[in-house]
Amino acid sequence: MDPESERRQRLYRVSAIVLKRREQGEADRLLTVMTRDRGKLTLLAKGVRKPASRKAGHIEPFTYVELLVAKGKSLDLVTQAETLEAHRALREDLWRSSWAYYVVELADAFTQDEDPNALFFDLVLETLGRLNAGVDPALAVRYYELHLLSLVGYQPQLFRCVQCDAPLQPEVNFLSLERGGALCPSHGSHHPETIALPVPVLKVLRFMQTRPWEQVAQLQLSPAVSRQVESILARYIVYHLERTLRSPAFLEKLRAMLARTKMVNAEETANGESNGEAALSINDENAPG
Amino acid sequence: MSQTLARPVSNLIELLSRLPGIGPKTASRLTFYLLREPNGLAEALSTALAALSVGTVLCQRCFNIAEQSPCPICADLSRDQTLICVVEEPMDVLAIERTGAYRGIYHILHGALSPIDGVYPEKLRIAELMERVRVGEPREVILATNPSLEGENTAAYIYQQLQTSGVSITRLARGLPVGGDLEYTDEVTLSRALEGRRSM
Ligand SMILES: [Zn+2]
Ligand SMILES: [Zn+2]
Repeated sequence: MDPESERRQRLYRVSAIVLKRREQGEADRLLTVMTRDRGKLTLLAKGVRKPASRKAGHIEPFTYVELLVAKGKSLDLVTQAETLEAHRALREDLWRSSWAYYVVELADAFTQDEDPNALFFDLVLETLGRLNAGVDPALAVRYYELHLLSLVGYQPQLFRCVQCDAPLQPEVNFLSLERGGALCPSHGSHHPETIALPVPVLKVLRFMQTRPWEQVAQLQLSPAVSRQVESILARYIVYHLERTLRSPAFLEKLRAMLARTKMVNAEETANGESNGEAALSINDENAPG
Repeated sequence: MSQTLARPVSNLIELLSRLPGIGPKTASRLTFYLLREPNGLAEALSTALAALSVGTVLCQRCFNIAEQSPCPICADLSRDQTLICVVEEPMDVLAIERTGAYRGIYHILHGALSPIDGVYPEKLRIAELMERVRVGEPREVILATNPSLEGENTAAYIYQQLQTSGVSITRLARGLPVGGDLEYTDEVTLSRALEGRRSM
């Protein structure tokens, strides 16, 4: 092989989302990135903690970046980095930043090294873009959670009872974490491990699971329903991940602090009286069963 | 390793390789160097290491590492005691002191917020900073955390907390590094540098 093509074989180019990074040695960083074609990778970026590093600013978490990577003996090495989308608001707005932390923590937790999932990659990138653009972060992240569960094989069954297969009626149904779906009252109400699914909560979950983002973005949820949906999805996710996550606790602290200092986003307070979820029908014909 | 190496040797190698930036190879090299070194470096090191824990305290005002509390910087009344510079690590104090351009005092957080690593506000000296501001009523608080995601988040968090206190809050200017190259600068650094431009 001539030297030029040998050199080219040792190099590859990827578009990547930076999930996290860790200090390594005096001036280096270990990056965990998600790529569309090669899945999740761990890469070494040398010298990036020196002030004059050309790469440092391009490889902060949440950044969508094009990387030129050299194959190494144990770890592959980042040789060039160029930002495709900085998601600047996610770095400079603490509130949105902490939602973005949760998005990348989930992306990391639900992927294996070098196991590409292009649709999941696109979903992560779209979600970071939405948070960066300033949409209601709770809506964007609930949508993300439901869709990522479908993409990694844990889609909760929300239209029929997972025991008797009967379509769910507009009454209080139940969610079984273990069985990955809803149970009708006669099969779910006696189990200690099931979670009650009030009608508005089930409506919202179904709507988010089946409708495109453009429609989900129009939802206006009451704080109570919003918190119930959040807590149900959090329990469902932790159950199937079989481990707890770190960023939700931070989000919770921040929410408490922002509520205290009355700096909380409009979405947390202004929609208190709205009842947008009433417009969703539980027997929605368009939704798949 | 335990079978071929004397236990004190493998023990030191194991301990050294727990240090940041030191792998097992470097740890072995350092250990064997210390074994052969003729000028008593190993003894001097062990004395210095022992003194590290008994001979240092955290300054109860700024949380810098010092020989006594308050530390020499806090105790120096020729420094501007109404100006508090907030940094992540004790090393950052050294860096700012080396410039000779700062005559105020410090507050060391001992880290930066990182939700994904479990570094929450209560793990840092943020509550102590709030108390200092409340009691001491400084003129200005300078947020000198790193321009990284974690540093920016920490600065934003402290800013939120201090907003109602009435103290003037400033952030260290962020721009191009000396020796940096415009062509290779990422867009966030570049746009911050543009926003922070000054007339010549
Ligand atoms: Zn049933
Ligand atoms: Zn001090």
